[in-house]
Amino acid sequence: MTALTTPTRTAREANAAHAKRMTRKARGRKRHSLILSLLMTVMLLYALMPLFWLVVNSTKTPGALFSTFGLWFGGPFALWSNIHQVLTYDNGIFVRWLENTLLYVVVGAGGATFLATLAGYGLAKFDFPGRRAVFAVVLGAVAVPGTALAVPTFLLFSDLHLTNTPWSVILPSLVSPFGLYLMWVYAQDAVPAELLEAARIDGAGELRTFFQISLRLLTPGVVTVLLFTVVATWNNYFLPLIMLSTPQWYPLTVGLNDWDQQSFTAGGQAIYNLVITGSLLTVIPIMIAFLVMQRYWRSGLAAGSVKQ
Amino acid sequence: MPGISLAVRQRRRRRWTGWGFVGPFLAVFAFALVAPIGYAIYLSLFREQLIGGNSFVWFDNYRQALTDPQFWQSVRRVALFLVVQVPIMLILALLAALALDSARLRWAPLYRLSIFLPYAVPAVVASLMWGFVYGAQFGLISRLSSALHVSLPDPLSGSWVLASIGNVVTWEFVGYNMLIFYAALRSIPGDLYEAAEIDGAGAVRIARSIKLPALRPAMVVAVVFSIIGSLQLFNEPNILHWLAPNTIPPNFTPNMYAYNLSFSGQEYNYSATIAVVMGVLTMIAAGGVQWYGRRRMA
Repeated sequence: MTALTTPTRTAREANAAHAKRMTRKARGRKRHSLILSLLMTVMLLYALMPLFWLVVNSTKTPGALFSTFGLWFGGPFALWSNIHQVLTYDNGIFVRWLENTLLYVVVGAGGATFLATLAGYGLAKFDFPGRRAVFAVVLGAVAVPGTALAVPTFLLFSDLHLTNTPWSVILPSLVSPFGLYLMWVYAQDAVPAELLEAARIDGAGELRTFFQISLRLLTPGVVTVLLFTVVATWNNYFLPLIMLSTPQWYPLTVGLNDWDQQSFTAGGQAIYNLVITGSLLTVIPIMIAFLVMQRYWRSGLAAGSVKQ
Repeated sequence: MPGISLAVRQRRRRRWTGWGFVGPFLAVFAFALVAPIGYAIYLSLFREQLIGGNSFVWFDNYRQALTDPQFWQSVRRVALFLVVQVPIMLILALLAALALDSARLRWAPLYRLSIFLPYAVPAVVASLMWGFVYGAQFGLISRLSSALHVSLPDPLSGSWVLASIGNVVTWEFVGYNMLIFYAALRSIPGDLYEAAEIDGAGAVRIARSIKLPALRPAMVVAVVFSIIGSLQLFNEPNILHWLAPNTIPPNFTPNMYAYNLSFSGQEYNYSATIAVVMGVLTMIAAGGVQWYGRRRMA
């Protein structure tokens, strides 16, 4: 897989030189710094401490949550029974929330990536009337925060009777101006104009050229955008919170918050062990996806921040 | 079309094929992004009145917002959050990125991955976890207090709650910003360092004269995203609100205020006005940083 970091050839060569210099230097006079390691370890502990807390407390019974120290194991090992309770509580509503989340992620993030890829490629590789205007409008929208749009989108959708349907969550997730921007940056260098010209001379249609030739060259960029949109939709909270009113359509994030609030409402049953274990089950899939794909993140971020 | 050669016809067709690729995106963009903004502006010019029902009131809602102490309280709070939390988070991220890039850190990938990991955690789960750590239910703080023989303050009390939320946000995004900076550092051409070394520049000089200027575009991106995140703060306080209803009131941030106006107060027109005002403020702040960054770079 080619590195996305710097699409230009000279910069890539420079990067290699940089890496070489670093190793030589590391072997030479530069030594590992103990102070640096200590300081970074403090940050590492800060980053991992709450996650450690989550894992530890998922193994506790409701009673042990209160009676044992939070940062270490204690009481009977109840992880499996907690997981069983999470999956069966309230007729297995958690499983329904998981299915909803998967639906929103597959259709929302998948669709957003597809639309951004098509449009980024179109902007990078075709000259058409109004191209500059389209580019200016979309770039302006990168700075429009999603949260600022949540309340206005709710007001519009409720007049159109779209609220409390899966569409009310999916439709706004389909737009990713930042994804389009990344694809535009990437497509410029990844797909050579001569290749497209050759395909045209061979008589291939533009759409066929896109799917059979260009898409393959764009794959690293597509994966990067997919990661951004998957994390954004998996973690989406504000939008589904205001759009949805029946738990049947909730994603995991809104459902978990509902469970948490149960302990604060009159007559509600406190189910802290389910909130904690449910949180753990929510975090694990996205983290696995994240760790497997992490190298794309760095390159995607580089493309977004270096080329300004 | 007779009289026009095949090549010309093909070129003309190709002129418009770009729209075929951009069109689907723009259709959804218009419906899910442009239309809500337009509708919010439209709503903000009307008001539901006891006499006369829904009527056009020009800029009365904006006039109300500009003199609404509840609204300005929330704006002041996120502004304070912005000037304190964002510099702390970005400086930490910058130092971590420089450490990762220095080649003097053993097991650098381990640190990079671990510090970045919280970014994958949904804001809801992050707030719930930190809420349990802060909250009185499980007494983690009080246990730590007695174990360390010091009296730690209540993180959810009035004077600490904003800092506690700042900690949650810092935890979530410090690794993300670190990675933005690190990516920018990695793209510095190696011969620049070689040249500096030949000229006899030391590590500090190299950091100041090569690394920091090269980081400027990444810094602009990070600052812009952080400004947006601060001014539009919602998830973390809205979730912690249940733990600390007295210190996190419904108008804690502008977004919470707009949300509660819509959902508890049914004041849709005024809620839309608040959303429009905050959108404009956010874009001015973000645009200002971009303009300043570009000017400095030129």
